[in-house]
Amino acid sequence: MPKIKMPVSSPFIDMTPMVDLAFLLVTFFMLISQFRAEESAEVEIPSSISDLKVPERDIMMISVDSDNLVHYNIDGQETRANILKKMGEKYDITFTEAEILTFSNLASFGLPMSEMKGFINASDKASVKHSGIPVDSLNNQLSDWVLYSRLSSPQSRVAIRGDVNASYPTIRRVMDILQEKKVNKFNLITNMEVAN
Amino acid sequence: MAEIISDGGGKKKHKGGVKAKKHSTRVDMTPMVDLGFLLLTFFILTTTFNKPQAMEISMPIKEDVPDEEKTKVPAEFTLNLLLSKDDKVYWYMGNIDPNKEMPSLNPTNYSKDGIRKLLVEKNRKIYEQIEAWKRDVENRRMTQDEFAEKKKGLREDNKRTSLIVLIKPDKDARYKNIVDALDEMAICNIGSYALLEANEYEVQMIDNAETYIN
Repeated sequence: MPKIKMPVSSPFIDMTPMVDLAFLLVTFFMLISQFRAEESAEVEIPSSISDLKVPERDIMMISVDSDNLVHYNIDGQETRANILKKMGEKYDITFTEAEILTFSNLASFGLPMSEMKGFINASDKASVKHSGIPVDSLNNQLSDWVLYSRLSSPQSRVAIRGDVNASYPTIRRVMDILQEKKVNKFNLITNMEVAN
Repeated sequence: MAEIISDGGGKKKHKGGVKAKKHSTRVDMTPMVDLGFLLLTFFILTTTFNKPQAMEISMPIKEDVPDEEKTKVPAEFTLNLLLSKDDKVYWYMGNIDPNKEMPSLNPTNYSKDGIRKLLVEKNRKIYEQIEAWKRDVENRRMTQDEFAEKKKGLREDNKRTSLIVLIKPDKDARYKNIVDALDEMAICNIGSYALLEANEYEVQMIDNAETYIN
C-alpha cells in the first residue's frame, strides 16, 4: 500500500508581513492619537445633534460636575504660568518658579486659591480632593480666573462642560460670571447624538 | 512561535585556516513583534476617537436698557417653555399678566412626540421650508452658502410672525434639560429663542402645576 507522504514543512512562519502590519498600525495610532489630559472633574456630557467641533487649542474650559463643583482649565503653558502669577498677586500667595512650572504643565483643577499650593506640591495629584472653585459673589475666584485668562490669552474661546445632572442655578451662575466679564458667546460641550 | 537560532553546533574542528562562523540569516523577531503589539494595544486603548462637539450659544449683552427700549416680543407668537425638576416640561403661549387670569399650563416631555411635535406644529411653515432646502443641499441642488442666504432671508421675511421660544428653566432643572431644549430649537429650525429665568409667577405655576393644568 502506498503511503501518503505529508510534505514536511518548516515550522517557522514568516512573520515579516505581520510585523509590517503591526508597525504600520502603531505608526498610525501614534500619529492620530492625542492624549487626553487628566481631568479633575468627572463629567457625564449631555448629547446633542450639534456637530460643531471644539477647537483643540485656545480653549478655556469651565467644567461643572454632578456635585455642582466648578473646575477650570486653560491650555498653553505660558498662559497658565502668567495667570497663576497674577492670581498669586491678587490673593497674596507667592508661588516659586518651580511651582509655577509645575502648574503650567497640569490640567484642570477645581480648588480655591488657598488650596492651590497644596495641589501643586502634591506628589499624587489624583488623590487631591477638588472642592470646587468658589463662585459666590463674596469670594468669586472663577471670575478672577476668567479675567486673567482673558488678559493673558484674549483669543481663547470659552466652553462650558456641564454634567447632565449639574443644576441649572450653578450653570446660570457660571454664565452670569462670564457675562460680567463680557463673554457673551460660549460653547456648551456635548456629545454626538445618534439621530432619531 | 519562538525560533531557535542554531549556530551550527558541533563543527568545532579546525581544519586548515579559520572558517568564519556561519550564522543563520534569520533574526528572531519575536521580541520585536511582542513590543510592536504592546505599543499597538496601548495606542488603540488611549486614543480618543469621538472628539466632543459643542453647541454655540450667544447670550444678549447685559446692560441696563430702559423698559421702553427693550425688545418687545409679540405675545401671540411667544411660546414659553418651563423646565422643571424630574425632567418635567410645561409650556404656555403668550405672557403672564398679573392682573388677568393665569394662562393654563400644558405638560409635555423631551421625547419626539413632546416638545418637538409641538414646535414643528407651531413653526410648520418655516420648518418645512428649511427642511426642503436642507434636502436640496444634501442632493447638491443647492450650495451651503445659498442655503444660509435663503434661511436668513426667510427669517427676515417672517420676523413679525414667526415663533419665538423662551426657554425658562427653574432652579430644579438640570443641565441636561437645557441642552435638550436648545437642541430641540436646532432640530425644529426655531429662528429666535432665548434662555431666560422663570419669573415669580411661573415659579408659582410650576409649584402648583396640578391646579394650572386644564
